Amino acid sequence: MDTGGIAAGARKVYEALLEARDEARLPLKVEKVGSLGYAFADPVVVFKCESKPPVVFGAMDAASARELVEKHCRAGTLLEDRVMATRERATELDGQKQVSILVKDTGRSGSGDRTTFFQETIREELEYHGMGSRIQVCRALDMGLYQQGVCVQLLPSRVTYANLSAPDVRRIITETLQGGRILEDRLVAGGDPQERIVLRNCGHIDPDELESSLRGGGYRGLVRALSEMSPAEVIEELKTSGLRGRGGAGFPTWLKWLKTREPDADRKYVICNADEGDPGAFMDRSVLEGDPHAVLEGLLIAAYAIGAEKGFFYIRAEYPLAVERVQRALEQAREQGLLGDDILGTGFCFEAEVRLGAGAFVCGEETALIASIEGRRGSPEPRPPYPSVSGLWGRPTSINNVETLAAVPAILDKGGSWYAGFGTEQSRGTKVFAVTGKVRNSQLVEVPMGLPIRTIIEDICGGAGGDVRIKAVQTGGPSGGMIAREHMDTPVTYESLQALGSIMGSGGMLVMDEEDCMVDVAKFYLNFCVDESCGKCAPCRVGGFQMLRLLEKIHAGKGEGGDLEAIRRICRCMQTASLCGLGQTAPNPVLSTLRYFENEYTALIDPETERAGVALASGEDDNPESWERF
Amino acid sequence: MIQNMVHATINGHPVEAPVGTSILDAARGTGIRIPSLCKHADLPPSAACGLCIVKIAGNPRMPRACAMPLQDGMEITTHDGELTEIRRTTLELILSNHPNSCLTCGRNGDCELQTLAAEFGVREDRFPKYVPELPRDCSNGSITIDFKKCIKCGRCVQVCQEVQNVWALSFLERGIHTRMAPAGDISLAESPCIKCGQCAAHCPTGAIVEEDETSTVWAALQDPEKYCSVQIAPSVRVALGEEFGYPAGTNLNLRIYAALRRLGFEAVFDTNFAADLTIMEEATEFVERLVHGKGELPLITSCCPAWTDYMEKFHHDFIDNFSTAKSPQQMLGVMAKTYYSEKAGVDPARHFQVSIMPCTAKKFELERTDEMFASGYQDVDVTLTTRELARLIKQSGIVFGELPDEKADSLLGEYSGAGTIFGTTGGVMEAALRTGYHLVTGENLPADGIEILPVRGLEGVKEAEVDVAGTPVRVAVAHGMANVDKVLEKVREARKRGEEVPYHFIEVMACPGGCIGGGGQPYGISNELRRLRMEGLYQEDHDKALRCSHDNPGIRQIYSDFLEAPGSERAEQLLHTKYKARKAYLR
Amino acid sequence: MEQGKEKDKDTEMSMGTELDYLLEWVESLQDKVREVVAEWEGREGNLIMILHAIQNEFGYLPRGVANELAKEMGISLARIYEVITFYNYFRLEPPGEHRIQVCTGTACYLKGSAELYEEIERHLSVRGGAEGDFQVETVRCIGCCGMAPAIVVDGETHGRLIRQEVAGVLREKRKGGQL
Repeated sequence: MDTGGIAAGARKVYEALLEARDEARLPLKVEKVGSLGYAFADPVVVFKCESKPPVVFGAMDAASARELVEKHCRAGTLLEDRVMATRERATELDGQKQVSILVKDTGRSGSGDRTTFFQETIREELEYHGMGSRIQVCRALDMGLYQQGVCVQLLPSRVTYANLSAPDVRRIITETLQGGRILEDRLVAGGDPQERIVLRNCGHIDPDELESSLRGGGYRGLVRALSEMSPAEVIEELKTSGLRGRGGAGFPTWLKWLKTREPDADRKYVICNADEGDPGAFMDRSVLEGDPHAVLEGLLIAAYAIGAEKGFFYIRAEYPLAVERVQRALEQAREQGLLGDDILGTGFCFEAEVRLGAGAFVCGEETALIASIEGRRGSPEPRPPYPSVSGLWGRPTSINNVETLAAVPAILDKGGSWYAGFGTEQSRGTKVFAVTGKVRNSQLVEVPMGLPIRTIIEDICGGAGGDVRIKAVQTGGPSGGMIAREHMDTPVTYESLQALGSIMGSGGMLVMDEEDCMVDVAKFYLNFCVDESCGKCAPCRVGGFQMLRLLEKIHAGKGEGGDLEAIRRICRCMQTASLCGLGQTAPNPVLSTLRYFENEYTALIDPETERAGVALASGEDDNPESWERF
Repeated sequence: MIQNMVHATINGHPVEAPVGTSILDAARGTGIRIPSLCKHADLPPSAACGLCIVKIAGNPRMPRACAMPLQDGMEITTHDGELTEIRRTTLELILSNHPNSCLTCGRNGDCELQTLAAEFGVREDRFPKYVPELPRDCSNGSITIDFKKCIKCGRCVQVCQEVQNVWALSFLERGIHTRMAPAGDISLAESPCIKCGQCAAHCPTGAIVEEDETSTVWAALQDPEKYCSVQIAPSVRVALGEEFGYPAGTNLNLRIYAALRRLGFEAVFDTNFAADLTIMEEATEFVERLVHGKGELPLITSCCPAWTDYMEKFHHDFIDNFSTAKSPQQMLGVMAKTYYSEKAGVDPARHFQVSIMPCTAKKFELERTDEMFASGYQDVDVTLTTRELARLIKQSGIVFGELPDEKADSLLGEYSGAGTIFGTTGGVMEAALRTGYHLVTGENLPADGIEILPVRGLEGVKEAEVDVAGTPVRVAVAHGMANVDKVLEKVREARKRGEEVPYHFIEVMACPGGCIGGGGQPYGISNELRRLRMEGLYQEDHDKALRCSHDNPGIRQIYSDFLEAPGSERAEQLLHTKYKARKAYLR
Repeated sequence: MEQGKEKDKDTEMSMGTELDYLLEWVESLQDKVREVVAEWEGREGNLIMILHAIQNEFGYLPRGVANELAKEMGISLARIYEVITFYNYFRLEPPGEHRIQVCTGTACYLKGSAELYEEIERHLSVRGGAEGDFQVETVRCIGCCGMAPAIVVDGETHGRLIRQEVAGVLREKRKGGQL
């Protein structure tokens, strides 16, 4: 039950579940949890039974909720077109008796006909072998596999086969079900490329219950920090972990903390920056809504390391549910002595409260955020002095993003070197991405850094959403840039994305296909920055506006020679002479579309080149392999 | 000392500057000017305009020179082809948001934006204009705002909020819609504006200028029915020269008299005379309160109309502490239309009195209360600022530098050194103490003690204890409204605790530096300029044979011929005023 | 709800009671301001939180509130207006009775939110003011990228919407409003 889930009808599903349970008088506990990340499948219900692995149901509604209670709870019957195959796949049967088979055609258009055909075929074949009554054959909502033909997953073993053809059906039954042998040529080896550290508890715990969080391992990191480590050792642990700020810039977290720890001051502050405002990004919201205690725990650890006694959650006012959950987490932590004076009897004192944003993207910038908490216009200030020296009310202040803070408890719990084991040399650990746009399955993913973008887009999210090829992936939101199709194998690290003219950013990943006009997309992002410019410095205030006018002119087909030159000129000016990151990076979407798709601009300016433009716009790679995959 | 200096190179040349010096200032110190439209010497950097970017070796960004302190080992490039092109683009962007109405602008020929456009050789509008239609605000009669010309540098808002603590100006909205506007989006007249004009003095463009009244003066001079007289304020004489190429601080009073006569004024008076008169009344008032316990202490000076307005709006609990003596401008006006008119045989109804002031608030003072009409007519008809006088002289064809020296008209023209230092912070206090001492002891301060140095200088709040015949008199001098607030707060707290008040006498001037730094003075104000102008006044005081107001023979004469004595019934009627609490916001 | 009350009163209102009602409203406003200011007293940097609390109560920030707040908090009106007009979330005008928010997050934009917006505007303008108080606005990402393009009508999210479905959503709202 996060914002997305509720918007999709999670409340109704929740109520229906309760009602059906009461009617059926079942000993069933219905818990509200945050998002598992499957935005495309909202609302999602996870059914857990002690003896069996959990089953995930997606695209639920009130009727199917009732059905779930009546059929699944009682008889273990799976719901057609609702069950999601598990991404943890097995390679052996483990001697278990299989009770159900999930089936789905995972091709681009995911034809329901082929799915049904295979479902029927399997059923018939089972009948033929006298197993019809024992094994349910169910159409899956999602297999977690894409472009791999018809797939099946056997439950409870989780053995998964892909690229099945009709004759394989019999082999599955005779060789696997009856003979206990795996079809090696069809087996999908390897599990989920995702690695859930930040999202470890999202979708698994009740975010409104501290108890639930504790069961999920909550506050273990804090306990270790407070009872076994000095603040310097905490910072050292962070250094070992290699964690870098997940808000976009990627500044090493340990260094940020150290710089705030060093100055002498009567008071110091820690702030959780939850002013997530990138259009198309919902990572931070999902974490706050799914596991607020993890973020609070991270803030507590940061405060301990820095020597702060007061902290703030600066949350977008547009995230009322996140605000509510954080407020509740604070109350519960206070009640349990995890917040306030003498925390856990260690003498450490810390208080935190929530402050709301009010609709200003620029307040994600540290000095603007500070101004906003102080009750002023969110206009950035020149640096130095840096917030680590003179921040909130002139005191040393460390501002950390939600995802960064949520990773901290895990690092403290399991050790910095454990965390450093994920990712690459320069970019350690995992990163959460919100993948949206023209992608089959919009969702939240968390992957070890260094994974190729292609793996995220294709293997996890299913590739293109429609029948058209993917053209590019945008990362970093309005501050980022395009990753053109030919660069899809680039690993996601701070450095590699920057080399392509984009940035890691906070984790928005927008997929665009051939139908999307890059000039229009650039215009969209620039428009966002123009709207959100604080208006203080001239390069950003006027530069963004004039550049937007030029883009609108070009997009309307009224472009003239010299317009691109003027755009580049403004870009250079904004990048160098804007006061803060918003203005400095606002030209990025424009520059990167110019870099990879200049022909789309010139085609609009000079229709003569249009024919060539369209051909070129699709990129120069005519690699049949990538054609196939997209 | 060595360890407090940092060493770096700017454009390859070694520079040394105290820790904390901005790159902008450090460069200026080595003869390099980095352009800026937002940084003002009086104000902390806001980093708004983006013109002062520089390159620092090893830094991938281009930081702003105004906000970046010089650090050891920095290798700075302030000017090269790339920086110039980026600056040009920034400038062109700013220009695209500013009307091309230079010819009809109050800052034509003296505009920082225009100057930069000229230096960068801007020859075309590279970007299409975006100048939303916003009506001008001419509501308050002292300063007018043309919002279209505002480049959002933020100086006026900074000075109004941080230096003056008035908060009449603010920024509203954001992005391209950001606009400077009076508090709460009301008119200036409805806002807490105290008309000090510091916004105008700091504005780099013609967005905020004084209400120009030169035409009114020309019309009066032209009118055969009118008898035009004029007065010039103390600080005008040491600032006007800047408009004509003289070094700042040059005292040009004699030449200004000559110019005013050539403009057609039939009588030329000096506000310094009235400053001496003000001292007579105010010092008497002070001694009455201090020695005879008649009235509240501390006594607070009231000759600054911006301060008076501020007090009535924000500190009206101090009304009883206010000196009821009118300002020199108003005293001179009423004396011109009574005493002088009588002596010269001029019908006061025909008498048209113009004042030349360093100040925009003086325009507002003319009709501030009924007491400003004590002569039976409006005592002063028009106030021109120093800048307007410069224009008037230029319009008249007078070649200022070639004028002879002349004297002011005798009746209201003589003055003491005390009168002239009225134009600077601390000057009123010093003048009042000189006469107060005399009133109490019957003697003048000894020659080596006549200059009361602790009240001089640009420190925001100056405190001193002066021995007057064995009584220690505690005084405070504050300028810049934010400083004034601190002083008054101290008094309030002492009162609250039932303690003796910390001061007996407080001098307040609204503008930093006092009138020499007034909102109507020639542009380009800085502490350096304030010091030079201040020096000009102290020099004149130093050179005067008569240093005390009560020694001014003209003053003696006016009391014996007309006013009887300080605080007499007639003096009360003509030279004193009243105050009342006013709402800061009219809407 | 505020509007509802206002309308009930409207019907039975003489000039005198109208004035009374207005005074009552101003008083309730002042009370609220005092209450919220008291609640936040002594906590640094409370202005934005106070504005939120007041807007939650009244739906917007009437001018009187700014004046009242300046008085109660001892800060200048300029500061309050600087803040109110800077942040998108704060409004100086009362909101409409029905609020339609069109998400302009990237995913929604790519999937046609601009079209949806046009369609809604077209519908409302065709219907004119007679259909009462619909207010359409574009909002930043509402976090339902999985359901793009999405709109929110009076707090209820409608996802995966196509142009042709807009009319139906609005019709339903109108009916709902009348019932």
